[in-house]
Amino acid sequence: MIPVNYYLALSAVLFCIGALGVLVRRNALVIFMSIELMLNAANVAFVAFSRQFGHLDGQIMVLFVLTVAAAEVAVGLAMIVAIFRVRASINVDELNQLRG
Amino acid sequence: MFDLAPLVLAFPIAGVLLNLLFGRYLNERWISIIGVAAVAGAFVVAILQALALAASGQHAHLALLANWIEVGQLQAPWQLRIDTLSVTMMLLVTGVGMLIHIYASGYMHGDARFARFFIYLNLFITAMLVLVGGDNYLMLFVGWEGVGLCSFLLIGFWYDAGEPSASARVGGEPQAGAGNARAGRKAFVVNRIGDFGLLLAIFILFWQVGSLQFDAVAEYFAAQGAAVGGLATVITLLLLVGVCGKSAQIPLFIWLPDAMAGPTPVSALIHAATMVTAGIYLVARSAVMFELAPVSQMVVALVGATTAFMAGTIALAQYDIKRVLAYSTISQLGFMVAAVGLGGYVAGMFHLLTHAFFKALLFLSAGSVIHGVEHGAHATHAHVDAQDMRVMGGLRNKMPVTFWVYLIGSLALAGVFPLAGFWSKDEILADAWHVGMVEGHWHGVLVYALLALAAFSTALYMTRQIILVFFGAARSEAAAHAHESPPLMTAPLVILALLSVLGGLLNLPGWHALGTWLEHTHEYFHTGAFNPLVAGISTAVALAGIALGYRVYYLAPRTTADAADQLQPALGSMFGFLRGKWFVDELYDAVIVRPFERGARSLAFALDWDLWHDGFHDSVLAAGFRTLAAFLSGPVDKTVIDRLFDGLAGAVRVLGSRNLQRVQTGYVRNYALGVVLGVVAVMGYFVSRSA
Amino acid sequence: MTAAPFITFAVLAAVAVASGLAMMLSQNSVYSALFLVINFTVVAVLFLVLGAPFIAMLQITVYAGAIMVLFIFVIMLLGGERLPAPQQRLRWQQSLAVVLVLALLALAGYVFAQGAAPAAVLADPQQYGSPAALGMLLFTKYLFPFEFTSLLLLVAMIGVVVLTAVEERRRRLPRASRRT
Repeated sequence: MIPVNYYLALSAVLFCIGALGVLVRRNALVIFMSIELMLNAANVAFVAFSRQFGHLDGQIMVLFVLTVAAAEVAVGLAMIVAIFRVRASINVDELNQLRG
Repeated sequence: MFDLAPLVLAFPIAGVLLNLLFGRYLNERWISIIGVAAVAGAFVVAILQALALAASGQHAHLALLANWIEVGQLQAPWQLRIDTLSVTMMLLVTGVGMLIHIYASGYMHGDARFARFFIYLNLFITAMLVLVGGDNYLMLFVGWEGVGLCSFLLIGFWYDAGEPSASARVGGEPQAGAGNARAGRKAFVVNRIGDFGLLLAIFILFWQVGSLQFDAVAEYFAAQGAAVGGLATVITLLLLVGVCGKSAQIPLFIWLPDAMAGPTPVSALIHAATMVTAGIYLVARSAVMFELAPVSQMVVALVGATTAFMAGTIALAQYDIKRVLAYSTISQLGFMVAAVGLGGYVAGMFHLLTHAFFKALLFLSAGSVIHGVEHGAHATHAHVDAQDMRVMGGLRNKMPVTFWVYLIGSLALAGVFPLAGFWSKDEILADAWHVGMVEGHWHGVLVYALLALAAFSTALYMTRQIILVFFGAARSEAAAHAHESPPLMTAPLVILALLSVLGGLLNLPGWHALGTWLEHTHEYFHTGAFNPLVAGISTAVALAGIALGYRVYYLAPRTTADAADQLQPALGSMFGFLRGKWFVDELYDAVIVRPFERGARSLAFALDWDLWHDGFHDSVLAAGFRTLAAFLSGPVDKTVIDRLFDGLAGAVRVLGSRNLQRVQTGYVRNYALGVVLGVVAVMGYFVSRSA
Repeated sequence: MTAAPFITFAVLAAVAVASGLAMMLSQNSVYSALFLVINFTVVAVLFLVLGAPFIAMLQITVYAGAIMVLFIFVIMLLGGERLPAPQQRLRWQQSLAVVLVLALLALAGYVFAQGAAPAAVLADPQQYGSPAALGMLLFTKYLFPFEFTSLLLLVAMIGVVVLTAVEERRRRLPRASRRT
């Protein structure tokens, strides 16, 4: 069997890729996809730990993460649509009205 | 029938409450019916109690109303004591009170505060019944204060009228129309001095005896006997202070003449018949202690005799019809106090009863006279003082009923055989004679002499009054147009006149009904033997007084209102001295009131204004505060605190607007970068710590 | 350790990382979405390997299916597959972000390297990870959180409707002024 550490390392790499995507991309849709990737990385870790300790609770957590992700994507995309209607853009760099 | 005892209080209380709650909606008829019925009910209950007592061997009966104070060993319940002494007093209070209530419903006709008057009267009856019916000294004190309050309220009943009294003129600035209120205040303050003594006596009694119940106190002193003579002396002397206040004895008698400012029924009920006798009741009730304190007894007897003599002389020179009676009352109270001081409790109580009859009669008759003269004055639009005997005269034909009852009352007061006053006064004189001549005490002789002189002056001033008021020619238009009072007022007069005639039967020599009745309360209560010699002397003295009065006032009648008194040539400056009431008010004014006021004023100016206000307040408090405030606002506030906050604000402004502002770029990705930076930092911290 | 599972894992992991990177770097949003679908699918296979078939199925249907369809739908709706001549405003952020993420990765790697020897994976019970076992747990121990997710989804749904609904009220407002 593959040691759990390997999965965790994979999870970390995927998470970092997602984080990098959030930080460097300006397209709001891609940023959302990167967030999905980060959540997915967390899921990998959950399932790996669940496997290691033989408890199904980890998998249940994945279930809840899935639910939250679905809700988040729905609301987030709705916000993007609403913003696009006003600004005709999905570039997050153009949304800096909160500048101090 | 003892079960009915609480009703004796319930009836007057009900009267008070009914008139208090509904008096404003009722007319005079119903108000007076309620007031009279309340007292009549109490009177009936008192009769029933007396009958029950007679049927059950005259043994004291206690009726517990409610528990009151139970602190440690102090037990002071609301408990009525039905014994021969208290029932006698109850009968007197309610009986005479009832007659006076009936009279008052006629006398007060048309008064704007009619209901209030009956509320006060019923309240007084309640308080007086608590005083005489209570089973302990605390209840007695409650009643004592209650009657004092009612006295105050009723003296000042016409508070918006009245001449400023002499003492008020001397003492403070004269205020028009507040004389009656001042008289009430004077009575209250002077009474307070007496109450102070009584209260101290009660405190000592509780401290030393541990109980305030009459039975317990009596047992204690009876058991200890002469061993507690000193204690008894202290307590009884303090009680004497209370007696002097309430029963108007030297030196606290000055309030009673001023108390005549109240309506006449009040003068009759409170300041002649009942309340002022509370002192005699107190001494009789405390007989056990007085018997152990011969010194106190002597002082009491001398105070009483001196008062009797002094007040009797003052009464000779007064022109106000009620004022004469007031001094007469003080004099007669002196007789009673002297009697109880000599150990003649039965004689004192006997005179208390008969005096209540004929003095109530005299006061009410005087009220009838005043009433008549006032109506005469009203009819003729004359402005006269309706109480001044100098403007009266010749009222005998215009007010026949009043004249006859007044004559009976006067003769009874003067002690003419066989009226009530003869028997009771004679018994007092016989007791004094006994103490002085038979037992050989010097103070007994002195007391007898003073009382005999007082009896002489009594006969003289009553003769003077009768002649001035009822004989001769009318000396004013008002007196000429006076007319008889309504039957509502004269009916009680006739009843009281009957009592004044027959009152002597109560304790007729050889029968001694009152003596044997009262003996069941205290073993010390017994009637002295009848002394024909004393009786003869008394009668002679009384007749001599009447004869002198007849000669001086009838044979040389006063013709005008302004003429000098017929006695004035004979007495000379002495008359002025008596007219000025021995200048006791002036003496008190000079010795007590004015130094007190001067002291208070100088204290107010010197201590409060100059020292405290100007000195301490201005120079220490205000100046110190000002200096401190200046220091705080100047150096501290302006330099330190202001600069501190200015600097802080400036630093925040520079930091915030010029530097920190740049952090807030508004780019979401910048903020996300901040989050990652934080995550790396926190993780790095934990990793470096675990490494 | 036999080689076969290891090779399987290595291939899958490589594909996952590569598709993730491609998702991140692709300039076309549609390509990003498709690379993400690949990534999700690979991860679903990994779940199968780890003995979580039910989660794997969910991953395919919810993530790779529903969510990604929604993404592509929005991309097509907005025409946002390409940003028009993106003007780079935060140049310094790019490099700083790379440095920070690499630091994060380094920290994670250090933690795993420091970690204790990989615990032995427990024996695979017969029913482990079966939908029945998962359902049993979900409707007993996690009943309340499970019910709560339904509320969460409801709130999200309402929120979406409110956010995207065209407000009718604005159109009515001008009528009042026409009256004059």
